[in-house]
Amino acid sequence: MADAEGQVIVGLEVHCQLDTKSKLFCGCDTDYRSDGPNTHVCPICLGLPGAMPSLNRKAIEYAMKVAKALNCEVLEESEFSRKNYFYPDLDKAYQITQYDKPLAEGGYLEIESDEGGERKIRLTRIHVEEDPGRLVHMGNVERGKYSLVDYNRAGIPLIEIVSEPDMRSPKEARKFLNKLRATLEYLSVFDSEKEGSLRVDANISIKGNERVEVKNITSYKGVEKALLFEVTRQKNLIRRGQKIERETRHYLEARGVTQSARSKEMENDYRYFPEPDLRPLRVRSWVDGIVLPELPDARRERFIAEYGCSLNHARTLTGELKLANFFEKVVASDRKGLSPLASTWIADTLIGELNYRDMNLDKVEPAALTGLVLLLKAGTITDKSGIEVLRVMLDQRLKNESTETPVRIVERLNLARTTGDTSAIAAAVEEAINENPKALEDYRAGKAGALNYLVGQVMKKTRGKADPADLNRMLTEALKRREA
Amino acid sequence: MPARTITFEPDDRYNAFLTVCNKPEHNGGTLAGVAVAIKDNISTAGIETTCASRILKGYVPPYDAHVVGLLKQAGAAIAGKTNMDEFGMGTTTENSAFGPTLNPCDTGRVPGGSSGGSAAAVAAGMVRMALGTDTGGSIRCPAAFCGIVGLKPSYGRVSRYGLIAYGNSLEQVGPMGKTVSDVSTLMRVIAGYDRHDTTSRDKPYNHTPSVDIKGLKIGIPQEYFGQGVDAQVAAVVKRAIGRLEELGATTVPCSIPSMEYALAAYYVTCTCEASSNLARFDGVRYGPAADTKKSWHDAYQEVRSAAFGTEVRRRIMLGTFALSSGYYGKYYAKAQVARENIKADFNRIFRDVDVIAGPTMPTIAFRLKEKSDPLSMYLADILTVPANLAGIPAISVPCGKSDGMPVGLQIMGRMFEDERIVDVAYAYEQAVN
Repeated sequence: MADAEGQVIVGLEVHCQLDTKSKLFCGCDTDYRSDGPNTHVCPICLGLPGAMPSLNRKAIEYAMKVAKALNCEVLEESEFSRKNYFYPDLDKAYQITQYDKPLAEGGYLEIESDEGGERKIRLTRIHVEEDPGRLVHMGNVERGKYSLVDYNRAGIPLIEIVSEPDMRSPKEARKFLNKLRATLEYLSVFDSEKEGSLRVDANISIKGNERVEVKNITSYKGVEKALLFEVTRQKNLIRRGQKIERETRHYLEARGVTQSARSKEMENDYRYFPEPDLRPLRVRSWVDGIVLPELPDARRERFIAEYGCSLNHARTLTGELKLANFFEKVVASDRKGLSPLASTWIADTLIGELNYRDMNLDKVEPAALTGLVLLLKAGTITDKSGIEVLRVMLDQRLKNESTETPVRIVERLNLARTTGDTSAIAAAVEEAINENPKALEDYRAGKAGALNYLVGQVMKKTRGKADPADLNRMLTEALKRREA
Repeated sequence: MPARTITFEPDDRYNAFLTVCNKPEHNGGTLAGVAVAIKDNISTAGIETTCASRILKGYVPPYDAHVVGLLKQAGAAIAGKTNMDEFGMGTTTENSAFGPTLNPCDTGRVPGGSSGGSAAAVAAGMVRMALGTDTGGSIRCPAAFCGIVGLKPSYGRVSRYGLIAYGNSLEQVGPMGKTVSDVSTLMRVIAGYDRHDTTSRDKPYNHTPSVDIKGLKIGIPQEYFGQGVDAQVAAVVKRAIGRLEELGATTVPCSIPSMEYALAAYYVTCTCEASSNLARFDGVRYGPAADTKKSWHDAYQEVRSAAFGTEVRRRIMLGTFALSSGYYGKYYAKAQVARENIKADFNRIFRDVDVIAGPTMPTIAFRLKEKSDPLSMYLADILTVPANLAGIPAISVPCGKSDGMPVGLQIMGRMFEDERIVDVAYAYEQAVN
């Protein structure tokens, strides 16, 4: 009897576009996304009769950087093969890929496991292949009248990274993917912001049952969602005493569900054989010459050691190349002094505010954050005002309005912390108590929350400028006075 | 310099040409104004290129094959595109979707194939030289059958970029001409490294043929005079080899035991590669338009069934089968082992001899429609395929007649020693003329 609470087992096949200037087998420009269909094509990537591939050396260098960073073994001799299948987006009716002699084998990637701590996810292999073209369906794929083909994407270099089934939850799968993305970006071989630059096929099973392959996942969040859906679906089947079929399913991003692929698609026999137009690849000797940049794990440890970041902050900050660079720029003028505040404000506050606005970090210049952190550090503004300043800064940038410095925003909105002269706070305290007799009553009755409510009211009246310590002291004193 | 033109109006009673260019432009150079015919599987910018197949009818390449670019640079005038067996699949040029080419020596006979159009155009004097391609003998066979000279270069010596692939790992573009000297001249133009063909090698050919073959050691493989080789053809070739001995060469008997597997290795390899190469012809981008009301796979099936000829479909099916899951190891992988054995045999023989000589074809040109079953047709390639499997250069030079039809003497050389076999052919040609 299958156990519905059995261990979840996940393995991933991740396809990433390598961020080279030209395609894998021809000189066509890979920067096609803003241009019209079929404008980045030539006889080679169109698969015209007689055209032959010549290998882009840069793509192999990029792939080898990845192999080295992921601790893989580059094979003495690898080879390109043809994967034969008919599909209208595949102009040659075969994809040039690597089959039984991939570029590299083995290796691992460390992720933070669900139980905390680091866990090694083993890799099976890394190979290089070309991206096919793209179909644009006119209407629904099943019922639409026709589809159009765009070969701009045909021949973009891809690496496929295949993991062992070492992940134990959808969450771990997402972490693996995030870590992989960070690593590839640190290596400057991948741009995760380019649409469709990453595609994932996932193998998932509940221990003791058949595995299911989920294809066509095209976003980072999609991986976790698709797998969560599958876990539920498979566990439900087991609970009902049904058997899980070994099958391929497609992930439908818009609906967040997986759907069984038609059986016809599973009958593919790819008839692999070595690509006779390319010579075998003997590049293992290049490995020693590859100098790797600082990678996410090393940077995380350095952030802890050098900036005193907490483990969690360091993890977040180094989890994306751009964020890590941003942080270091923000604190550059005074590393020791600014780091504690900057790490919290960036890792916790800024990321949240950016996500809320669906805004890109590129829109924010590090100096703006430095300015904000300096104001906070000097005690010029309270944390509450800090958030307000940050929001104004982000909104101005999001709307492409003229931007103000944090200092200017504080001046214009009169957000400076009231220090020394506490008369404004005192007045606000009195007002708040007078306007909220019920709260006073509650406070007297010893109801928790009444004090907090009044603190909030005073804060509101002082528009967040009140020093929280002053405010607390003065409010408590005032309440005591009324009790007497 | 303004391009000049020549007038080219051949009396093509042999159906050698699929496309004739009446007023081709040309520049100056070593081939200035020389009309050169191009086999129709070599891409020519602006000139329809069909591989003699209905599925490519109307296809006009937007680019020149590397060799065509070199010809133009050398001043050659592209005279037209020549008939062939569809996609190079045949030994007679009868497998053309646009009708067979006739042998100018006897119009009741085939010109050989698959470069039959190029051979006939040269033999009939329509052009001085032509390009052919040779996957398993497709230059040498028609050269032998039509009484002209044809060279299959060492694999990698001539760029294949723009040659519409049939058996990529076997084939080469090569020169065909009335004389060894013309063939050598054309080879000088087309040989050399091309960065677009990563299987090409940096081995330019700057040779001028020499008649001096004193001290040359010639291997005579027993298999080339054994079963299946017409006795009269064998006799003519032996006499020709006798002439080479008179010119100072010595002969050494030898054997290529792996030849037993040559035909099987050849047909497995080329059909596998072809099944993949020809998969792109689906009626979407080339050939008769697919019926858009059908689902794409049904439309593909219909177009491919209708527009490919019988022999092409047979080879696609054979190759598809041989590459199928569970059969790869039995066929394709085995065939590659056989190729290694053949290479090893040649290497061993070439330690003792400089060249190997024998007949190009086991018989004279067949009568039209004489070879009706595919197997007997395949058997006719037995003497030419070993050079393709091993990648070594081989030349066919006319060496007499049998029943009034030309016989070809085939000379094979060490890898990249194309110059040496050209010299042997040249020495023979000069001695008999």
